Amino acid sequence: MNKPLNKMAVQATINGEDTVFLCSPGQVLAEVLRDELELIGTKIGCNTGDCGACSVMVNDRLVCSCLVLAAEVEGQCVQTIEGIAEGGKLHPVQQKLLEHGGLQCGICTPGVVVAAKALLEHNPDPTEEQARYWLAGNLCRCTGYDKIIRAVLDAAKTLREEAA
Amino acid sequence: MAVQEYVSPTSLAEAQAAIAGAGSSCLAGGTDLLVGIRLGARNPSRVVNLKQIPELTAIEIDAAKVRIGAAASAFDVLHNSDVPSLFPGLAEALNLIGSTQITGRCSAGGNLCNASPAADSIPALIANGAQCRILGSDGERTLAVEDFVVGPNQNALAPGELLVELILPRPAAGTSDAYLRLTPRTEMDIAVAGAGVSITVDDSGECTAARVAIGAVAPTALLVAAAGEALVGSKLEQSARDAAVAAVRVAAKPISDKRGTAEYRTHVVGVLVSRAIANAQARIQEARP
Repeated sequence: MNKPLNKMAVQATINGEDTVFLCSPGQVLAEVLRDELELIGTKIGCNTGDCGACSVMVNDRLVCSCLVLAAEVEGQCVQTIEGIAEGGKLHPVQQKLLEHGGLQCGICTPGVVVAAKALLEHNPDPTEEQARYWLAGNLCRCTGYDKIIRAVLDAAKTLREEAA
Repeated sequence: MAVQEYVSPTSLAEAQAAIAGAGSSCLAGGTDLLVGIRLGARNPSRVVNLKQIPELTAIEIDAAKVRIGAAASAFDVLHNSDVPSLFPGLAEALNLIGSTQITGRCSAGGNLCNASPAADSIPALIANGAQCRILGSDGERTLAVEDFVVGPNQNALAPGELLVELILPRPAAGTSDAYLRLTPRTEMDIAVAGAGVSITVDDSGECTAARVAIGAVAPTALLVAAAGEALVGSKLEQSARDAAVAAVRVAAKPISDKRGTAEYRTHVVGVLVSRAIANAQARIQEARP
């Protein structure tokens, strides 16, 4: 397949920083994050929106970055896994995934963290069922999900205590 | 991907110009288009983003009608202050489209244009009497949703036409809707059968209007007029519900595939219709003082 030569310049805020990048008209955001911006925490699994490994936030909306054209984020705010820890301090979702052993190979983990953080911002006190449905689009082939869900519910508790 | 050009018009006139040429594809949520391009099923040279056009993402409600922009995301519809309470069944259907990530991007208009026989939102739109507002080079036309899908993955848009919005009549007093589908998994799956129902019940409990639509059991979602007629004039008692179920089973013309046999789908769609009627009826009763 010939690569189109007509690159577009796109301006966006990525993890709080004003950023300009070049992309092809048909290039998806996941590819640009990894290959142009070297934000390789975002993983590409299925590339068809089924696995959730490429989950990012675009204007505070949880999306699969393999199903967003890079050109679409012109003027928008993108948050990736790289923007979640504050310096060396892990977000409670990350910390609890470590404590509960909610990861093994780690490929799904960045997407799980982004999606779980979005859940807790949307619903600070989810039931187990609500957490499982919200995260149904984040496939994990290692953990069997149970430890992920326990970690997310524990992180919710931590965040509620911090907010109190 | 061999997309050569990406454009993001900000008005309907610009959008019409952008889609006029051959090889243009409209981009709403992209959850079907970008997968289609990736898999080689779609090969547009130009992608036209619709989400910067105010009419296409607006959700507007007045005394008579509810207008949902064709590119408004399911997330925006589900978090609108009024739409989920006016049309709980439509909300159920939109909430079933894919994962949280997909719901954040996909649109009712896109689900309709993609025209999958198993699309969840289409029976719910048909049950609610939704109309499509279509803009073409020669002006506008409206088409009922049940006439918009003409075959599997085929819609009624002529080249250069654009689906602008879906217009739903505001439900009359004593009206509610419901959507149910069966999938082997509870999430992230495609319907074996789906049923959308909207019914109106007066103070005496008599059904005065009913629309029943079924999905995933024919090449397109179907409005089953005979099922609605079986309910009107009844008090939604068992015999009336049984007649509606029998009518949808006659109308269903399913295929057998890995998700279920034709016989199974025909049975299940009846069960779903019966339960959806009960759900809509319960919602009406709950809303009564």
